Amino acid sequence: METIKLTIDNRAVEVPRGTTILKAAEQMGIKIPTLCNFELDGLALKNHPGGCRICVVEVAGRRNLAPACITECMPDMVVKTNSPRAIDARRTVLELMLSDHPNDCLQCPKNGKCELQALAANMGIREIPYKGEQSNYPIELSPSIYRDANKCIMCRRCESVCHEYQSVGAIGAVERGFPAVVSTAFGKHLIDTNCVFCGQCIAVCPVGALSEIDNTGKVLRDIANPDVKTAVQVAPAVRVALGEEFGMPAGSIVTGKIAAALKAIGFDYVFDTDWSADLTIMEEGTEAIGRFKAFLAGDKDVKIPIMTSCCPAWVNFYEKFYPELREYPSTAKSPQGMFGATVKTYFADKVGIPREKLISVSVMPCVAKKYECEREELGANGDPDVNYSITTRELARLIKICNIDFANLPEAKFDSPLGESTGAAVIFGATGGVMEAALRTAAEVLTGQTLPKVDFEEVRGLDGIREATIPIPGVIDLKVAIVYGLKNARVIMEQIKAGNCPYHFVEVMACPGGCIDGAGQPYHHGDASIIRARHAAIYQADRDMPLRKSHENPEVQAIYKEFYGEPCSEKSHHLLHTHYFDKKIKFDLEK
Amino acid sequence: MCGPKIHISEANFLKIKDICASFNNNPGELINVLHKTQEYFGYLPEEVQQVVADCLGIPVGKVYGVVSFYSFFTMKPKGKYAISVCLGTACYVKGAEKILDTLKNELKISEGGVTPDGKFSIDVLRCVGACGLAPVMTINGKTYGRLVPEKIKSILAEYAD
Repeated sequence: METIKLTIDNRAVEVPRGTTILKAAEQMGIKIPTLCNFELDGLALKNHPGGCRICVVEVAGRRNLAPACITECMPDMVVKTNSPRAIDARRTVLELMLSDHPNDCLQCPKNGKCELQALAANMGIREIPYKGEQSNYPIELSPSIYRDANKCIMCRRCESVCHEYQSVGAIGAVERGFPAVVSTAFGKHLIDTNCVFCGQCIAVCPVGALSEIDNTGKVLRDIANPDVKTAVQVAPAVRVALGEEFGMPAGSIVTGKIAAALKAIGFDYVFDTDWSADLTIMEEGTEAIGRFKAFLAGDKDVKIPIMTSCCPAWVNFYEKFYPELREYPSTAKSPQGMFGATVKTYFADKVGIPREKLISVSVMPCVAKKYECEREELGANGDPDVNYSITTRELARLIKICNIDFANLPEAKFDSPLGESTGAAVIFGATGGVMEAALRTAAEVLTGQTLPKVDFEEVRGLDGIREATIPIPGVIDLKVAIVYGLKNARVIMEQIKAGNCPYHFVEVMACPGGCIDGAGQPYHHGDASIIRARHAAIYQADRDMPLRKSHENPEVQAIYKEFYGEPCSEKSHHLLHTHYFDKKIKFDLEK
Repeated sequence: MCGPKIHISEANFLKIKDICASFNNNPGELINVLHKTQEYFGYLPEEVQQVVADCLGIPVGKVYGVVSFYSFFTMKPKGKYAISVCLGTACYVKGAEKILDTLKNELKISEGGVTPDGKFSIDVLRCVGACGLAPVMTINGKTYGRLVPEKIKSILAEYAD
């Protein structure tokens, strides 16, 4: 590989050709500030517009300053990242940005997590010398996303993830000059666009322009209400990320502390979405086995591949973009949905509370789950199965509001009967996990043999599209694909449309690496090592479980015996399965 | 529970499809497609942009991003008589702003606007290449030069029908 020698801040460095000044400096421990530049290394999220000019550096012999993030190193270049000229320019850029940025840091949802705020602190900004017009856009609320365009600094990270990573394109830059802003087409509300509410725009927004709809107030209100009982469920990916909000290293597994914290906050029943993840495998796995058997018997009408349907942004995606293929995804509700339907029927009856008096709350790594809660079909007579959802970040805030010393909290267990789970459930939190969990159960059911080894390492990993052939002896060589990022899901959908999809079973997650980097998780600020640590922790949590196959979960076995009968029974079809809608834009042609 | 419906006449829908097809539905030709489409419709309302997006296989946000970025593209219909006032350097120095103000007062609309009866619209542009006649305006392509505010009323009267 050809290398280039140059000097940065009086020190010699050698880098491969094509390296940017920013990356070269980074290797030397020189941290040039950036704002629009963003990359989640190896996880397909990136934004390199070279637009904000915070990273400008002085290059000897060059007339103007160079943006370090998009300027490649050249032989014998002499770069100064901290010359007075570079520092002055950087400060001016920042002051100009701040001159049209609301000064409400103390009330801002990104307070303490804001990259603009951190830059202003690091650069010692004490006054804004520029006074001028201020943007004045209305704040927009949607089921999942809170949008305050007044705080937009036009870094366009959200636009990159929405267009390039998800291939959705709900938001992007509009107008020019001072009115330029990131917006929907025609300034419509997100709910009236193709937005799938994945929320990855929130995950990458450096400022408070995009954040989650905050339901912490609802939680406190419902817990204090003597007329209702509250039941909470916690998704798998939350337990490997929440610790970060309390200064613990990324990848800390805090399952027991979460159960204890939720009890301390005052929830009456503290349950686990992992329980219903196991239930999901029973339902989705049974549906998949049924489709495989029909396929092997030569049924030409059976929809193969079967696709997972746990990810709510993915569900929104196929309803809005590929409604004609909506019979391919499993009809199984998501684990959140299955939990909600069970807690409001079976459990409400068991404890003798009318379903309306039992408030069901979920803690999710996700903002699209908030949208899922509002789906009319996921409820009964207007009473939602899950009343509302809070993100991992909101749970962290609740714990702080409730004066709980999380790091030193003694561990507790989830309550019975919806609290027991297996290793197959916890891996739902990572890309490939739902597939692996389904394979552990499907392989044993199809062959009638106990698996010698439960680990299907061939479906793990952090590449955006992965495929594997899983031999199920005497039955089928199962071709599977695992994708994350809706742009990758689109590849599979186009294959199905063209009739050349080679797979039998496909798992789709919208977020990078699956739910571990869901849009409700603690902010990673572009540090991919955080996502990798969460990923490793998910599989550690799986290994730590005494039971690792969903069909061995005693509390799942019990509910079939007591309530559902068997997987895909009439009752489970009624409560644990759903249907999808055609939500694609249509042209109504007038003659 | 179904997706949003976009209302458009079948004739207009087919016309846009034709325009896009003439550019092989290539998303890289978006600006050319929009030029042709605006040439035909006079402006680019929401439903027209939706059809363009659909034909080219791109998000409508991308189309709207381009339409809102370039001042040439407009989402407002032009009047039956589209007035364009040149604000290029020569015209400006020769008092084009007064011409514009007079037009706005006479028609009671601002630049980019259309009279309620749909008859007149006012736009501004930069240089029509007739600097010797500055200040200049055009009405549906016909050029009026050496303008003074007093002439405006009588020129508008030519379009009294």
